[in-house]
Amino acid sequence: MHKFNKFTGVVVPLDMAHVDTDQLVPKQFLKRTEREGFGEVLMYHHRFDEAGNEVDEFVMNRPHYKEANILLARENFGSGSSREHAPWALQDYGFRVLLAPSFADIFKNNCYKIGLLPIELETPLVDDLFKRVEANLGYRLTVDLKEQTLSGPGEFACFFAVDPFRKQCLLEGLDDIGLTLTHEQEIAEYEKEHAAPWQAAVSGGQQ
Amino acid sequence: MPTLLDKIWDNHLVRRESGRPDLIYIDRHLVHEVTSPQAFAALRRDGRKVRRPDLTYAVCDHVTPTNSTARPLADEIAENQLASLEANTAEFGVPYFGWGKAGNGVIHVTMPEQGLVLPGTTVVAGDSHTATHGALGALAFGIGTSEVEHVLATQTLPQDKPPCLAMRAEGALPAGCGAKDLILYIIGHLGAAGATGFAIEYQGEAVRGLSMEGRMTMCNMSIEAGARSGMVAPDETTFAWLEGRPHAPRGQDWDKAVAYWRTLPSDPDAKFKRTETVDLAGLEPMVTWGTNPGQVAGISQTAPDPAGFQGEAAKAAAEALAYQGLKPGDKLNQVPIDYAFIGSCTNGRLEDLRAAAAVVKGKKVADGVTALVVPGSERVKAEAEAEGLDKVFSEAGFQWRLPGCSMCLAMNPDVLPAGKRCASTSNRNFKDRQGHGGRTHLVGPAMAAASAINGRLSDPREFM
Ligand code: SF4
Repeated sequence: MHKFNKFTGVVVPLDMAHVDTDQLVPKQFLKRTEREGFGEVLMYHHRFDEAGNEVDEFVMNRPHYKEANILLARENFGSGSSREHAPWALQDYGFRVLLAPSFADIFKNNCYKIGLLPIELETPLVDDLFKRVEANLGYRLTVDLKEQTLSGPGEFACFFAVDPFRKQCLLEGLDDIGLTLTHEQEIAEYEKEHAAPWQAAVSGGQQ
Repeated sequence: MPTLLDKIWDNHLVRRESGRPDLIYIDRHLVHEVTSPQAFAALRRDGRKVRRPDLTYAVCDHVTPTNSTARPLADEIAENQLASLEANTAEFGVPYFGWGKAGNGVIHVTMPEQGLVLPGTTVVAGDSHTATHGALGALAFGIGTSEVEHVLATQTLPQDKPPCLAMRAEGALPAGCGAKDLILYIIGHLGAAGATGFAIEYQGEAVRGLSMEGRMTMCNMSIEAGARSGMVAPDETTFAWLEGRPHAPRGQDWDKAVAYWRTLPSDPDAKFKRTETVDLAGLEPMVTWGTNPGQVAGISQTAPDPAGFQGEAAKAAAEALAYQGLKPGDKLNQVPIDYAFIGSCTNGRLEDLRAAAAVVKGKKVADGVTALVVPGSERVKAEAEAEGLDKVFSEAGFQWRLPGCSMCLAMNPDVLPAGKRCASTSNRNFKDRQGHGGRTHLVGPAMAAASAINGRLSDPREFM
């Protein structure tokens, strides 16, 4: 995982609540066995019409949002299916930070695992940001994870909350699996102590 | 004082360090073709093994056709995904219930049937409906592909313990209502994001009275209220259902296990982070009118007026009605349907098929309605055929299909066409879920059957 540094980027306002993972990456694209290239199909049925042409009015297709890397959305973003293809697509498209009043549980977790930062902000703050972004084309925010701040033109500044461990993982680009494998001995001990019939010992081949 | 969740959690703690998520042990890792290829590829890239292939089980269910098991699949990309699963499970030594063979089926239907899910265990899968398995008194939750890789490599997961919500259903389930009606009613009460991040423990007389199948239907839809997992404390119903299943403990092991399982239910004075109660006195068969499972009403009701909702919910209701082609005040039991789908990990079990068959017996599917029954697993299919349910459905004009996810999410050829309306026993009515532009009404199996017969959304009690 890449280290997460402070950066400044364009914010795209996606004024929709309950954007589920099937809208983010429609099912027909889930048959791919690689994890690259999903950015092309992000929000597919919103970005493209039946003939596969870009829908000009859709916010992500407007010229000044093409380079956006901060996504601003409404509540319960990322609900539904657990498909990690959704965060992969957001990241592949170029997003590094998501802002919303709330995220779905599994989705949020999946984002952290790949180094995409989901930030939950109070609804009035989100409302305020929507107003600012819509009033100023190409509005940019600076995200400082170390200081846990967002700042932007027009004296916008706020703190955001983030779990300290998640923060450390993002800042240092830590590999979860590598970290867990350093506890191999504890895992092995656990297995020895819990070889009960209802736990690890009930393995296959009893048929 | 501990809850069921507390007890399971404590028994699975591998490591606790302040400032970090707990590292918990995973007893069962269930794998399917859609969310695993990238995880296996990463293991291969990093030269890692599957730590406990003996605790890992795979099926193929999402992309597989339900009208034929011919290979290669007509859809080349789907064929590639199926072939990848076969190659990955063979390479890493993971047991795989091959497509079309005994033991295969929709992941959340077949794994419990095999006795692979036991009370008090931790169960994960790269699939959001993994909560289904909580019906057995297990802690079961869905994970993403990075976590699938983590479990494959380490058999553990770093996790923060979720807060627990006691969801009580007061009173008995009224006649003509089933587990699906109960859970839709509960999601309507909580809202589609109302339990985000919680582990729900379902309690109360109506829940206790449900069969294992019914409990699975309930726990299955926990995610539709945003919850990470749903659970029902194990009891005699659980033990009776499990005994003798292929992978369940036997003999002395069984006795030891049952003795342990009896210690699992939440203590009488257990502390829950939140408690919610619904009263079932006025419950009737339920149907969704909108595009999230919380947008739901009784079958005798009308499509609501968005003006009756506050703020964002009003906008969401208006958009949902527009997508569904409904107007405020439309009577739900007059809405014509084009399709009926009976199946999925919510309602693809034997009891569901029996409930639908009881309505269908001796009647005919209405003209112009396409009706599908897709058994949840090979075992369900075999049992249903042994009882002659396949005949009941076929004679009425239903298509009797092979097991799989099918039109629940339409990743295989079973797709709801744009603009068509479906009474569906599945779990999600999101826009485009069953097919791009398709309109879904979530219902129980009896209502799906009644609707297929009448050609419109219908109260199954008319047929009882
Ligand atoms: S039946 Fe539907 S919800 Fe269940 S696992 Fe298959 S696609 Fe997912």
